[in-house]
Formats: sequence, C-alpha cells, structure tokens
Amino acid sequence: MVSDLVDVKNNGSEPSFLKYAGKGRGLKSWIFSVDHKRIGIMYLISTLLFFAVGVTFGFLMRLELFAPGRTIMDPQTYNSIFTLHGVIMIFLFIIPGLPAVFGNFFLPILIGAKDVAFPRINLLSWWLLILGGLMAVTSILLPGGPADTGWTFYIPYSVRTGTNVSLALMAAFVLGFSSILTGINFVTTVHRLRAPGMTWFKMPLFVWSLYATAWIQVLATPIIGITLLLVAVERWFGVGIFDPALGGDPVLFQHLFWIYSHPAVYIMILPAMGVVSEVIPVFARRTIFGYKFIAYSSMAIAVFGSLVWAHHMFTAGMSDTGQFVFSLLTFLVAIPSAIKVFNWTATLYKGSIELHPAMLFALGFIFLFSIGGLTGLFQGTLSVSIQTHDTSFIVAHFHYVMFGGTGFGIFAALHYWWPKMFGKLYNLKAAKISFWFLFIGFNVLYFPMFVMGWLGMPRRYYDYLPEFTTYHRLSTIGSWILITGLIIMFWNLLYAVKRGKVTHEKNLWGGETLEWSVDTPPTLENFNEIPTVTAGPYEYKNNEIENKKVEDVV
Amino acid sequence: MIEKNQMSEEHSHSYGIYILVWLGLMTLTAVTVAVAGINFGALTVATALLVASIKSFLVLKIFMHLNVEQKVFKIFVGAALFFIIVSFVLLFADYSFL
Amino acid sequence: MSNSPLAVHADHAHRDDIGSRMGMWLFLFTELILFGGMFFLYSVYRFTNQEAFHIAAKELNTLVGTFNTAILLTSSLTIVLSIVAIQKNNRKLSIYFQLITVALALGFLVNKFFEWSAKFHHGIYPGGEELLAKSKGEILFFGLYYVMTGLHGLHVIIGMVLISWMTVYTAKGIVNKDNYVKLETAGLYWHLVDIIWIFLFPLFYLIT
Repeated sequence: MVSDLVDVKNNGSEPSFLKYAGKGRGLKSWIFSVDHKRIGIMYLISTLLFFAVGVTFGFLMRLELFAPGRTIMDPQTYNSIFTLHGVIMIFLFIIPGLPAVFGNFFLPILIGAKDVAFPRINLLSWWLLILGGLMAVTSILLPGGPADTGWTFYIPYSVRTGTNVSLALMAAFVLGFSSILTGINFVTTVHRLRAPGMTWFKMPLFVWSLYATAWIQVLATPIIGITLLLVAVERWFGVGIFDPALGGDPVLFQHLFWIYSHPAVYIMILPAMGVVSEVIPVFARRTIFGYKFIAYSSMAIAVFGSLVWAHHMFTAGMSDTGQFVFSLLTFLVAIPSAIKVFNWTATLYKGSIELHPAMLFALGFIFLFSIGGLTGLFQGTLSVSIQTHDTSFIVAHFHYVMFGGTGFGIFAALHYWWPKMFGKLYNLKAAKISFWFLFIGFNVLYFPMFVMGWLGMPRRYYDYLPEFTTYHRLSTIGSWILITGLIIMFWNLLYAVKRGKVTHEKNLWGGETLEWSVDTPPTLENFNEIPTVTAGPYEYKNNEIENKKVEDVV
Repeated sequence: MIEKNQMSEEHSHSYGIYILVWLGLMTLTAVTVAVAGINFGALTVATALLVASIKSFLVLKIFMHLNVEQKVFKIFVGAALFFIIVSFVLLFADYSFL
Repeated sequence: MSNSPLAVHADHAHRDDIGSRMGMWLFLFTELILFGGMFFLYSVYRFTNQEAFHIAAKELNTLVGTFNTAILLTSSLTIVLSIVAIQKNNRKLSIYFQLITVALALGFLVNKFFEWSAKFHHGIYPGGEELLAKSKGEILFFGLYYVMTGLHGLHVIIGMVLISWMTVYTAKGIVNKDNYVKLETAGLYWHLVDIIWIFLFPLFYLIT
C-alpha cells in the first residue's frame, strides 16, 4: 500500500508540525493551534500529567493498606483519595487517553485527510479538558475538602456530604462535554473526509474502533451529563429528584449513572483494541485474521455494551426480572470481545513475530484483558455477583480490563507511534525492561485482590481484618514494582524527545497504513497531495519485511 | 474541495409545504388538548404521546429536511432513537416487575 | 495547496455543508438524550406516583401551556421560512422571519416567567413550605417541572442567541443565497428546542 500512493515526496523544505510558527510563536502557537497533531500532543501532555496524579493517589492508597488500621492517613482522607483516584483516572486519563491523543493525532492521517472535520471544535475539546481538570483540582483545595463519595457519587450520600461534591460534579460535566465534542468530530470526520479509494472496509481497524467509540461518546455521555447536573441542582436548590427524603429513588440514580458509565468502559477499551489490531499485523508480519469480523465486532460492542448497565446493580434492590434480563445481556456482550481475541491470536499463528516493545504491550493486553474480561463474565452470573459485588474482586476485575487492557493499549500506542510523532528514537531495550516490570508488577498488585475479594475483603474500606494482611502486603509491593516500570518507561520516552537519536525514517516498523507513508514527524498538512487508496491496510505478502530499519540507541 | 449545499439543489424551494405542515401541527395540538379532557385512563397518555410523536415526526421530516437529506442522516436518527427507546424499555424491565 | 510554513491551517478553504449539518445533527442527539434522561425520570416517577402526579398537574394552567406550544410551533415555521427566503435571495424577508422567530421565543419566555412567578407566589418552589407540605409524588412532580422547563428555557435562550447571531450574518451578507448552512444549522437547533417542548407539553399540562 505504501507503494501505491500518489507522490508524497517531501522536498525537504516543509518543516514538521513541531516547528512551524503558525499564529504567533511559542506557547500561543500551541494552545491556540487548530492543528490536530498539536492538539493531540497537548492532550498527551495533559493526560499524562493527570495520570501521574492518579498514580500518586493509587500509590498512597496502597501505602495506607499495607497494614490494618491507620498507616499514613485518616479514614476521611482515604475516602477522598479513592474518590479522586477514580475521577482523575477515568475522566482525565482513560476516557480521553487513546481517542484524544492518538485519535486526534492519527485519525486524519490514517484516512488520508489533512485534519478533522471541525478543527476549532477540536481545540475547544482540549480547552474543556483543561477547564474540567482545573475544576477537579480546585475541588481538592477549597474548604470542605475533596469529594468522598467514590467516583460513582451514589445517592443519598452525595446529596448529604459537605465535601466539594458539586464542584466535582460540574468538573465531570465539563469533561463529558469535551468527550462529546470529540465524538461528534470523529463521526463526521470518518464519514466525510476519507481519501478517494478509502472505502469503509479499507479503513484501518484503529479507525473503526475510534468510530464506534465516537458513537458511544455522542449517545451515552449526555445521560451522565444530565444525571450529575441533577445531583448538583438537588444539592443547591433542594429540588426533589433522587433524594429519598423528598420521595426520590436512589436506585433510579444508579440506573441513570450506569446507563452512561457502562458504555463508558467501552469508550475506554475499544480504541485500545484498535491499537492491538494495528500493532499485531505489523509485528507478526501477517495480515489481520478476520478484518471484517473485527470491524463489525467493534460496532457490536458499542451497541450491546449500551444494553447491560444494570449488571453494576445486582445487589442494589432491582426486580428479579431486571436482574435476569441484564445478566443475559451481559453474557451476550462478551461474544464480540471474544471474537477479537480469537482473531488476534489467529493472526499470530504462523506469523513472523518480532517482540518489539509495542508488540509486547499488545500481547500483554491480550493476556490481561482476557483475565479481566473473564472475571467480568463471572460477575455477570447473578449468584457470583452477590458474593463479589463491592469486594476487592471487582477492583481486580476492572483494573485488569481498564489498566491491563486500556492502560497497556496506551503503552503499546506510545511505543508504536512515538518516533513518528517526535522524530526521535527511544531505547528499545529500556522499553522492553519497563514492560516486564509493568507486567509483573501489575499481576502482583492486582491478582491478590481477586483472592481476597472472594474471601470477603470489601472495596473502599480503609481498614481490614488481619487475615487479609498478607494479600494487601503483596499487592502493595506489586504497586512498587509497577511504578518502577512506569518510571523506566516514561523516562525512556521523555529522554528520547529531549536527547534521543533523530530519525526521519518514514516507515520505521514496516507498517502498511498511511501514517507510515508521511514524513517523520508529519508536516502541517500531513500529505503533499491527498493519496488515492487502492489496497487494504494490512496486506503483507509472505511475511515480507519491507522498508524496515530499526536503529538502537544504547 | 468546495462542496456546496448539495441538498436543496435537488428540490425546488417553496413556502407552501411548510405552511401546510404548520397547519397540521396546530391542528394536532388542538386534538391533543381536546382528547386530554376525556379520561381514557392509560390510553390518554398513550394518545398524547402518539400525537406528540407524530408532531415530532413532521418537524423532523419536513422542517428539518430529513426527507431530502442523504440517507445516512436518517440512519443516524434511527440509531439515536434506537438507543433512547431500548434504554427506556430496559429501564422499565426493572420497574414494571417489582 | 499552500506550502507556506507560516500558513495557519486552512480551515476556510475546505467547505463541507453536509459535514456541517452532520455535526449539528450529532450535537442535537446529545441534547435530545440530555432531556431524554429527564424524561426517563419523569416516566418512572409517574409510573410509581400516578395519583400524586395527577393532582399536582392540576396546578398548571393548560391554556398558557397550549398557547406556548402554539408559539413555539409557529417559531419553527418562521425559521424554516427564513431559509426558503434566503434560498430565493430575499435577504430582507429572511431577516424578518428570523426576527419574528426571536420575538416568538421571547414571548414564550415571558409566559414562562409569569407561570413560574405565579407558582413561586403560591409557595410552590423547591424548598418552599407549601411544596414540602405536599405528598412525595407531588414534590417529585414539581421538582421535575422546574428542572425540565427550566433547562428547556435555557435552551430557548441559547436558540435566541444563535438565531440573532445568524440575523447579523444575514444582514452582513455572510449568510447568503449561495452559503446559508449556518442558518440551516441554527434552524436545526431551534427545531429541536421545539420538539422537546412538544413532548414536555402533554406530559406536564395534559394529564389532568
């Protein structure tokens, strides 16, 4: 496909998107830029900063839980910390993570376009992320203290507590709006800006995943918008909506909350699956197995994922019929995900596998996500859910899918696309070492939670019975290993930007999608001329290694 | 690449159809108010919602030009309605069987 | 194709009217679902508090509600007529229709203001003594009434601002016979505001 393109020679006189001056110089040319690549980088910096804060809170939580009783903080602080950990990780890292960073940067390039459909709205999305983030941070600092309701803001505590819940709710509302605008932009972009010849079934699978994700962003997010807004209104004006003291129904809040928040997890996982679908063909040197199935399953996950929300509420007081219906639907939604895992595995079969760091993270994803997904299925079973709801088992489950899944997907994307974005090479060996610290640390941190959750350790509990101490200790040590891995990984990547070896190699790893045909780093308008596409995105012939030149910097 | 309106070029513009639809909408409003006075129990609600749906359908199709837009717009509206209706039905799966 | 390194991204060289309308439709879905969440709430609470809702609805004035419905429906007509006018290159007429739309919207809001004031005067407002003395179901009804019509009113204001903005553009010729997608998208937004009221009206005013 690379050779099928119309002239994309860079005559060398066009500077990369990192260097052009745009409107004014320096900072202003970035924060007022409507270039999707610059916006992607700004999202990268912002989300990674928020990730660091979220990790810090997680680290502190694990320190507290190292021993029963008080270790480093009091219970109120602990409650606020797990609330903030959730709010920051979910709304400021994982949800924007892949779509807003890599989607923004690469979606137009992958479909042969010069930018997204609405570049100025794109910039607004980023500004709203920053605004929402600032509001969340402010809620920590203002008197009243940070919210202590858990990121789920359940009624009635969320209308009773005196902490800065309203500000946190409004922050989430603003962040939701940011997400909605990204969704609108991406749906329109995929429909309207594909290059000539790029039919729907020639699109890269990452694009399919972004498209499915964008639909969920558009349709599901408004529900949480209105729900959180109503809780804030209830706090401010004493309007009777959810508060049982005024006749409201707390379970109804949970319904409305999860009608968004369950599809939200598919916003998180679909792009990560898309990354895996990109990385595996390249480093197995084989075309993806079952392209259409993966494309359709992305849409199926978006649709079915919107129908299962109440499996978060099996112990809340739902009717038997409700429980039965949602349990059944939950089993169905596992099918398209399983299809993807089968297809990735089949792609590896008889492939010429290179264990590039991106590939390691992609393989790690498959392993960790499978555990997470299976344990999700376990909980779709009503009788099991009664046992495991609100225990550490759940905490382990969702960290396996969100962190082992999406998190590792983000790490894979970072290693796959970093040199293309910055024109600098990172150290491959250091990257691989960081992977092993992360993979091992992750499992040591979270697997014990499955066991102790099953044995009865509740979640969000500040204190615990002595019989759980060993598990908690192990878990905390795991967190230290994991964080070591994070430090190595980010040090490696950031050092590369500052002092890494420069590369202008267009096709570093032998990929067949359009980003590997443009300059490294890309120029302002990506393409000198919009290409005409004639081939599919993963057409490797006989495991050929074309155009591959990987240089190591020791 | 300049793509112009690409929609209204295919049909002639006239005030008439819109005024007709407006008359229809006003009539339907009168109907729904009249019916509301009669107590059919649950049927009253159903009728009110049915009339509201018809009015909305007219606004969507004619005022909002869904009838002359590309097919993809209709699919979009279908997707949004699907999401709303299915969520509603599933929500009531919990409430209607206590 | 500009090769100048100093060129700001050429976001005006690329015009896509269908894309613009598509973006607005997608945004309208989000607004629809925003209100949809409240309709869900209304439905469940009505289902579980039928008698109380019936009693509470008697406090609302059906005549005012019907009048407001007529106003909004007419404003939907006038905004679409303003588009036909500009298609026929009749700039003045288009502006008149737009101004009438805004005036009708204002009329709607004035009615709303009087409705709410009357309620407040009778002590029926969130946290008000009179309201709190009523049954749980009635409190829920009015909570939903204020929030839903209030949020709707906010969207009426947004719509008015949008359309007024388009009026300025039309006067300046930025919106014209060959380029009127901005007016179309503003119109689409306005129609949605109308559709939401089409459902709000029977659910609050016609269940007596």
